[in-house]
Amino acid sequence: MATRHQRGLARLMVAPSVLLLLGWMIVPLAMTLWFSFQSYNLLSPGTEQFIGLMNYRFFLSDPAFWAALTNTLLLVGGVLVITVGGGVLLALLIDQPIWGQGIVRILVIAPFFIMPTVSALVWKNMFLNPVNGLFAWLAKLVGAQPVDFLAQYPLASIIGIVAWQWLPFATLILLTALQSLDSEQLEAAEMDGAGAWAKFTHLTLPHLARPITVVVLIETIFLLSVFAEILVTTNGGPGYQSTNLTYLVYSLALLQFDVGGASAGGIVAVILANIVAIFLMRMIGRTLD
Amino acid sequence: MGSITLRRVRKSFDTVEVIPGVDLDIADGEFVVFVGPSGCGKSTLLRLIAGLEDVTDGQILIDGQDVTHAAPSKRRLAMVFQSYALYPHMSVRKNIAFPLKMAGLSAAEQDARVAQAAGILNLTPYLDRRPGQLSGGQRQRVAIGRAIVREPAAFLFDEPLSNLDAALRVNMRVEISQLHKKLATTMVYVTHDQVEAMTMADKIVVLQAGRIEQVGSPLDLYNSPANRFVAGFIGSPNMNFVEGEAAARHGAHAIGVRPEHWQLSTTAGALQGTVGVAEHLGSDTFLHVGLDGGTPIVVRAAGEVPVHHGDRIWLTPQDGRIYRFDAQGLAL
Repeated sequence: MATRHQRGLARLMVAPSVLLLLGWMIVPLAMTLWFSFQSYNLLSPGTEQFIGLMNYRFFLSDPAFWAALTNTLLLVGGVLVITVGGGVLLALLIDQPIWGQGIVRILVIAPFFIMPTVSALVWKNMFLNPVNGLFAWLAKLVGAQPVDFLAQYPLASIIGIVAWQWLPFATLILLTALQSLDSEQLEAAEMDGAGAWAKFTHLTLPHLARPITVVVLIETIFLLSVFAEILVTTNGGPGYQSTNLTYLVYSLALLQFDVGGASAGGIVAVILANIVAIFLMRMIGRTLD
Repeated sequence: MGSITLRRVRKSFDTVEVIPGVDLDIADGEFVVFVGPSGCGKSTLLRLIAGLEDVTDGQILIDGQDVTHAAPSKRRLAMVFQSYALYPHMSVRKNIAFPLKMAGLSAAEQDARVAQAAGILNLTPYLDRRPGQLSGGQRQRVAIGRAIVREPAAFLFDEPLSNLDAALRVNMRVEISQLHKKLATTMVYVTHDQVEAMTMADKIVVLQAGRIEQVGSPLDLYNSPANRFVAGFIGSPNMNFVEGEAAARHGAHAIGVRPEHWQLSTTAGALQGTVGVAEHLGSDTFLHVGLDGGTPIVVRAAGEVPVHHGDRIWLTPQDGRIYRFDAQGLAL
């Protein structure tokens, strides 16, 4: 056990790095807060002034905000459902001894190594394009009218693209978890008369509960800030149909040059992210006993 | 009812033959122990009976019915695993009830049977705990509870005590023996510990390299081992073997004498040696003696014997307690 003297010294030693990190976080946050109370537009320099909560009132009463909030939640939720569900199925599949297991595993994991802008471009031009895309070609093959995915189903298309990127991550984590399931437990269940489905629901799924929460937590952190895929494919449109909070803040700040409004939006996004974080932490607390 | 018959059962993994052919009859209600050094195929044999491994060739009959290709759950057998294999996210109650739930019994029936099993195994206060909150011995009992609620034709135990500490192992040994007396159900028990085999079994099956070396009651094996392997494996400390001139005097390639069957003398005897280590336990004294020819001998003398390191002593095997073996290791 450390004595009180040693603890004091330890605090002194870590103080510089703590202060640096704190400053790193506090300065931008304080500046964002400060800007969010200002009328501050880059197109009209020299007119900055304190306007209280006006930026917040405008941001929260903007119809785009509610559309963006719904889209953010749909995007996060949709991708989570697809990646966790698909990840469990894929992990079960590639856990089986199949021919060419090594190559199949590499293929499954590959999308994770492709950067978001590139994968979004590949999807936009090679798969979803209504003239040259693979899906259009397939539709024409059976004599159907090609679908312009990004115009007709923009949010669903983006959910698909992002889910494709994150599926390998979920699969990888769940696969390693599956491999740590005690084989004697499965054999015991087999002797107890459990069929494949009963073994899955009574043994495998409860065993995966913890890794699934980890996947949900980590993915949520990144999915709340999806941006590149939207910028590259739909630019948030048509209308606000595929605008999420991140993209809305971007368009306020760098398309409309409204620094004050964008800062208010940023602060709202931080608060919302913290609400989501509280729910997630409670969920994790439950599964971690 | 739970008689088990193995007929010319063979098992190979790819090209490696693990069990070259085993014939064995286990009578209803018998406590049979498979014993042998690690890698002798005893666990594989148990898993073949359980149906967790496929038989390469031969037949397995339970109560006269051919179950060679039946699914594990259709064989009416219950197994207790070395790691206990409890379901970690279920309470003790749910663990024990799991086979009943899979069999589709009503909730009331499940509760009644779980309560009964918990009563037998003293688990009633722990029913709502999770396996992670139990001690090793309690987990062991839950695993046994999960086996007995099914009222199987036979129990299979795969080294169930090897994860327990020495004191607990002795207690659980007695508890399992008592359970066998109470239930009178066939039990097949795998262990590498010959003390467990000797103390628990009605019938011991000694295995080596997938072959049955000898089958018999514990005292049969102790008193008339069929070969040098069985003689050396059964009994603790191990039997001493002496070759050469001393053996030739008895008309054998080698003679075996158990540590407890030597007579000690400081003046005269058949063989002379020097005491290396003397272990004084009070009730017994173990002497590690190096014979003049170089053969090491362990002697177990009852009570306290005033012999110490470096003393010269004479050893004489007791009459009628000498086991004679030929050059192939078979008993003469």
